[in-house]
Amino acid sequence: MSLATECLSAWFGSNRAVKEITIAIPKHQATAIIGPSGCGKSTFIRCLNRMHEVIPEARVEGKVWLEGTDIYQEGMDPVQIRRRIGMVFQKPNPFPTMTVYDNVAAGLRLNGVRNRADLDSAVEEGLRLAALWDEVKEKLHSPGTSLSGGQQQRLCIARALAVKPELLLMDEPCSALDPIATAKIEELIYHLKQKYTVVLVTHNMQQAARASDFTGFLLMGELVEFGLTGKIFTNPSDSRTEAYITGRFG
Amino acid sequence: MPGSSYIKPAGNGAASSSRGHNWGDRLFRWTCLGFSLLILGLVAGLAGELAWNSRLAFRAFGPSFLWTQIWDPVAEHFGARPFIYGTLVTSAIALAIAIPLGLGTAVFLAELAPPRLSETIGFLVELLAAVPSVIYGLVGVFVLVPAVRQTGWTPHGVGLLTAGIILAVMIVPFITTVSREVLLTVPRSQREAALAIGATHWETVWTAILPYARSGIAGSVFLALARALGETMAVTMVVGSRPEIHASLLEPGYTMAAVLANEFTEATGDLYLHSLIGIALVLFGITIVVNGLARLMLLKLGHSR
Amino acid sequence: MRSRILVNRIAFGLTALCALVTVSALFFLLGYIAVHGIGALNWDFFTKLPKPVGETGGGMANAIVGTGKLLLLASAIGIPIGFFGGVYLSEFGHGRLGFWVRYAADVLNGVPSIVMGIFAYVLIVLPMKSFSTLAGGFALGVMMIPIAVRSTEEFLRLVPDSVREAAYALGVRQWKTILFVVIPAAMRGLLTGVLLDLARVAGETAPLLFTALNNRVWSHGWTEPTSSLPVMIYTYAIAPYDDWHRQAWAAALVLMLLVLAVNGGVRLILPKRRIVL
Repeated sequence: MSLATECLSAWFGSNRAVKEITIAIPKHQATAIIGPSGCGKSTFIRCLNRMHEVIPEARVEGKVWLEGTDIYQEGMDPVQIRRRIGMVFQKPNPFPTMTVYDNVAAGLRLNGVRNRADLDSAVEEGLRLAALWDEVKEKLHSPGTSLSGGQQQRLCIARALAVKPELLLMDEPCSALDPIATAKIEELIYHLKQKYTVVLVTHNMQQAARASDFTGFLLMGELVEFGLTGKIFTNPSDSRTEAYITGRFG
Repeated sequence: MPGSSYIKPAGNGAASSSRGHNWGDRLFRWTCLGFSLLILGLVAGLAGELAWNSRLAFRAFGPSFLWTQIWDPVAEHFGARPFIYGTLVTSAIALAIAIPLGLGTAVFLAELAPPRLSETIGFLVELLAAVPSVIYGLVGVFVLVPAVRQTGWTPHGVGLLTAGIILAVMIVPFITTVSREVLLTVPRSQREAALAIGATHWETVWTAILPYARSGIAGSVFLALARALGETMAVTMVVGSRPEIHASLLEPGYTMAAVLANEFTEATGDLYLHSLIGIALVLFGITIVVNGLARLMLLKLGHSR
Repeated sequence: MRSRILVNRIAFGLTALCALVTVSALFFLLGYIAVHGIGALNWDFFTKLPKPVGETGGGMANAIVGTGKLLLLASAIGIPIGFFGGVYLSEFGHGRLGFWVRYAADVLNGVPSIVMGIFAYVLIVLPMKSFSTLAGGFALGVMMIPIAVRSTEEFLRLVPDSVREAAYALGVRQWKTILFVVIPAAMRGLLTGVLLDLARVAGETAPLLFTALNNRVWSHGWTEPTSSLPVMIYTYAIAPYDDWHRQAWAAALVLMLLVLAVNGGVRLILPKRRIVL
């Protein structure tokens, strides 16, 4: 296992959004987290790279084990954690004043990498992994915001991958994209999991079924069921899971 | 929400990490904090220096300093009344002219003018506010003063009325710009409610829109007032510089800011200087209060600045 | 009903009249200065020193340089304090302290400029026992602070949180995020804020009257009194010499063009922002 949580809970002020979730994320697989709106899936995923606590009055309790270390233990630097775990957001957020090249290189540059050759190769590798290299190799120095929505999201994926994280978290990465761009990213996930562990939050059940190996179903902050995607969608153990899958609510 | 910039990555969650990791963060934050505290310090310093350097005047004359009419540097007897009077009167004249003029312009821009015209004229009005005070004074001296003299009502040309007129032109942009913005944010539902009962456009403005916006409009008036009270150069050049109080507005007068501009470098003797700084302190106090009221009123309408 | 329609027409007619009067005031101002100033604007104006009192001719070279020096000093004081104060308010200052810093900046903004001059007088002129460029620059610098604070805070707040989040998620520290991601994103607005700030204090006269005072010859270094465009306009305008009046108009024209150029230019770059107030 590369990432596991133990009784993980998260609050917004006094409102508990994630309730004692214990889960083990398998290495080099794509794990989907599904559930109805407001079930806490985004909050949950943001606890995995210590982004949840960035919000004022936010609080986390419990443990999150990354390769044997609890990332929430006393004295742990959240910034270091975030370098080991990459994140892609719902709405593409390339840095507005930077070129395509600078965007991908940003994580490296801001952490001290100066060597031009190192940056060049990291940028190319990141863009190739994100299946964007061929489309932008002629315009590496145009603004990041000049790309289409789908390309911008892949740019953000390249940016996240350029710092060589151990894990990639994706918080509804396709919800702002058209079907073609969505399909490209789902295909990307399939290739990415060769090298990375991917955790994908999605409100689109079909996407979870297409793109993931394992699925966890969250309802009102609790983990209701977790298992192989195939099983969850064809023969769920919990009646609530079945109700959600069959569209009785959601 | 855009730009709330409310997030703070160090976090105060379960695991605190403010030990040793982020000296860069701490140094940066302390730097920003330091400069902010400096701003607080400057204000405190300003108030303190004004108070300290006017103590002789208040010690010698007491609170009656504020309503004594005499201004005699030779006999060393000082009273601020003529200046306070002049400041209040010129500001009142300025408001009397600027409020209808400014509000009328604002209504025109917000209600009648097509958007392009409204933007353009709005910009031009803002430019009026950018014109330096001494340039208003220059035009005042060479255009307005002779004009007033030519009306034949007074041989002076300079005086409280002239100063009031110049001030009016200077503060109109404050009323217009802010009021126009306030009027534009009145919800459509208010407008539609009036139109639905058959009101004409003007009646809609008069009965539904203006009352809704009155807090913001009042705020703009107070902003304009605060500006008028402290205005120095243009007023100094056309007010006549006589520390006297007359019934007529056409007579020369004096304002707090003007006497400071004129006599500060000539103040011989500590009591003289302290009296002048005492006037500065009063001016400072009045403008703080008026500005504070203005911000309060603009805040109420959700107009946070 | 007929009378109501009439009232409607008259009322709006009056508002249009108000707008006309207001805008005419501006054009009158500009036109008058242009007409009277253009005649006196010549090479001498920009290159020569003022002639001794009573003689005609000469120029305002020292005043132009003086204004430049004063603005330089004012920027050195006002911009760093205002900028970092604005960064604090935008990125850190959401509690009690933030409220008071914002209020203090507002107070500074509302202080009449002549009172600011007195502050500089008491703080610098008295201990130094002389008038100086330093004192004038200080007064103008303190006046620059509130506008710089407000403008910095506003433009930094306009940068969406998603940009900050993207940087944090990459494991970038907060101070680097602010310096290398947020501030560059807001740079256009920040620069225009600085320009407007400078244009505003460039025209200030009152704070200089008893700090930098005036000087009919070159001032050297930072500890001598210095001439400046606005103070020259004032001095010449109230004097009895026609030649000086002419030069005052020329100086007024130069100052006006400067102010208008900056305000107009900024409006071209940032059409939606309210710039002056």
